[in-house]
Amino acid sequence: MKALKKISLLASLLTVTQIQAAGRDYISVVGSSTVYPFSTVVAERFGKSTSFKTPKIESTGTGGGMKLFCKGTGIDTPDISNASRRIKASELTMCHQNGVNHVVEVLIGYDGIVVANDIHAKTFNLTRKDLFLALAKEVPTSNEGELVANPYTLWSQVNAQLPAVKIEVLGPPPTSGTRDAFVELAMEAGCKNFPWIKATKSSDKAQYKSICHTIREDGAYIEAGENDNLIIQKLQKNPDALGIFGFSFLDQNADLVKGALIDGAAPEFATIASGEYPVSRPLYFYVKKAHVAEIPGMQEFLNEFISEKAMGETGYLTDKGLIPLDVDKFNEVKTDTMQMNNLAL
Amino acid sequence: MNNTNAIKRSLKKRHLKERIFKSTGFFSIAVAILFLAVLLTDIVNKAWPAFWQTKIELTVQLDAEKLDLDAYSSKPAIMAADFRWVIREALMNRFPDVKSRQDKRTLYALTSMGAEFQLRDMVIDNPNLIGQTIKVQFMADDDVDAIVKGSIDRTLPESDRRVKNKKLAWIESLESNGQITTGFNGSFFASGDSREPEMAGIKGAIIGSLYTLLVTLSLSFPVAVAAAIYLEEFAPKNKLIDFIEININNLAAVPSIVFGLLGLAVFINFFNLPRSAPVVGGIVLSLMTLPTIIIASRSAIKAVPPSLREAALGLGASKMQSVFHHVLPAALPGILTGTIIGMAQALGETAPLLMIGMVAFIADIPQSVVDPSTVLPIQVFLWADSPERGFLEKTSAAIMVLLCFLIAMNAIAIYLRKKFEKKW
Repeated sequence: MKALKKISLLASLLTVTQIQAAGRDYISVVGSSTVYPFSTVVAERFGKSTSFKTPKIESTGTGGGMKLFCKGTGIDTPDISNASRRIKASELTMCHQNGVNHVVEVLIGYDGIVVANDIHAKTFNLTRKDLFLALAKEVPTSNEGELVANPYTLWSQVNAQLPAVKIEVLGPPPTSGTRDAFVELAMEAGCKNFPWIKATKSSDKAQYKSICHTIREDGAYIEAGENDNLIIQKLQKNPDALGIFGFSFLDQNADLVKGALIDGAAPEFATIASGEYPVSRPLYFYVKKAHVAEIPGMQEFLNEFISEKAMGETGYLTDKGLIPLDVDKFNEVKTDTMQMNNLAL
Repeated sequence: MNNTNAIKRSLKKRHLKERIFKSTGFFSIAVAILFLAVLLTDIVNKAWPAFWQTKIELTVQLDAEKLDLDAYSSKPAIMAADFRWVIREALMNRFPDVKSRQDKRTLYALTSMGAEFQLRDMVIDNPNLIGQTIKVQFMADDDVDAIVKGSIDRTLPESDRRVKNKKLAWIESLESNGQITTGFNGSFFASGDSREPEMAGIKGAIIGSLYTLLVTLSLSFPVAVAAAIYLEEFAPKNKLIDFIEININNLAAVPSIVFGLLGLAVFINFFNLPRSAPVVGGIVLSLMTLPTIIIASRSAIKAVPPSLREAALGLGASKMQSVFHHVLPAALPGILTGTIIGMAQALGETAPLLMIGMVAFIADIPQSVVDPSTVLPIQVFLWADSPERGFLEKTSAAIMVLLCFLIAMNAIAIYLRKKFEKKW
């Protein structure tokens, strides 16, 4: 008993002293789960090749990361926030209100969202309108202003050029950032093809969103969970099905699945980088300038991230599926980051 | 006579019922064991390759001039030196006919990204190596590893195979030359997380789990035992105490994610404790294990016969003396069993830790309870979500490690109970 008491007393004492002694000698990164795979690779190399500690990368989602990031300055707030979209004006205002006055934006590259099927199946040639008509909960009829519950069961009904294959799409659930981006970049863009729906955007924004952003729930769209590996396994078992996931998973599994053409562009490095492939989004991270001098290794970490061997055209991040910036943009980002230019929206 | 017949008939019926009940019970146990066996075989089968690591033996020339180092170089100088080209040169020497840029990139990818750091660490340990030509067993890339272990089928047509013919030919050439060896994967237990499957290890998560449990134990054990003693031995019987008792029982049934939210709001947002740290994880988990330990401790204390207390009191001991000298030691085995089971629960818990930032990439091994760290179940979660296919086996291996810890803890609990159990 006495020994036990001593041990627990010692342990709690230890805990208290350690908390008091805590400064922070590692970089703290939060934010998007899409940027996480790239951020972690840079962090690991940085930790291994320098004498600094390996940065801690939390996967909190873009919005959650911004909240933490903009909470203020000081060692108990993160130094860097990853984002799979640009920072919103409202978020930047929140940052400024909380004393985070100097934020540096770094564009690291692009991520494509692919619609893929089994490697042995026929390659799909889709438009964003096809995707909207096949996956929306309600679709417009030939009468203007009329919506019906999605009647399509075969791709050929959506577009006569497509094969007469059952519509069966495996995709991420609503909690996923990939789903948000897909809905916005593919569905909404397809939805805008109908002039009267486009017109509702200004008259009734809620109505517009609910038409363009709602995915059907009758079983044609199957929520496959956040695990993209699982979607790829299921596509192999079912050659008729299509799956929606990030480009890095297509890149890693190019021997098992292939991407569909969207608006005539195949999901490849070059087409995503040039913007020809329409369903792609920019990836960013944001840096608190106030922390660059405070936290050891910040400057070196930034240098590593924006170096040619990481973010460049043949850098190691491209091995992990990042679509690199073109040379001009890369140089621009590099200069902006080196000069620590403050972001203004 | 009538009566006897009736009894005989009903006896038959009752025996039949009993047989049916027995066989149902047996069947249920058989089903449970079957499921367990299927689960375990599946995990062990998938995990087995993760405990082996493929290595490629290369002859490297540590040219002093090119590296700009000598035997007296300092550690920072060695850290700054570029060892990457040493390995590239070794690979080029081995396969001199590789010419195109693309092929060279593929060739360089035979060894792991960690190979240069492996070489660097060797030189740091022994700077006399500089200037020598040595044979080194480099860690192979996860694709090579998968080919050697057979996770990628070599007989598939090239278009269906992730590793193309050229690379396969190199690997087979290395194999026939005896330059590829497979050995026990010690680094899996000795290194932290990594984004390269071949380098990823479980040590960071194990240490993180240990720190978290240490905090949990040191907080929840004293508090829970004190609460149990007070409630059993000292508390008056009134409505307030009844209310507290009901709430403790309720607390034991609260979903664990709720404790995570509480931890986020109170410890991180209000007290500003660090995110992703075992100290916060430990506090949150101790809230979760408190009711478990209190309930177990109370029943252990209750099981101590009153005669013991009365005898102590009769000989002039104070109430407190009777509790601490007699009741508590007698109840300790039961209390410890409850504690260990509570700890095992905490070890496998994921949900509340998601809320307090432990879902993070942490490559360094945590050195204290405030260092960022992750825990075993979250490591499983993170690996299962990674695009690289090599993480499939790592995920199962991490599950195996977690299961081993759980089984060990439960075994200790059973052992303690058997050893110290007293029949009154």
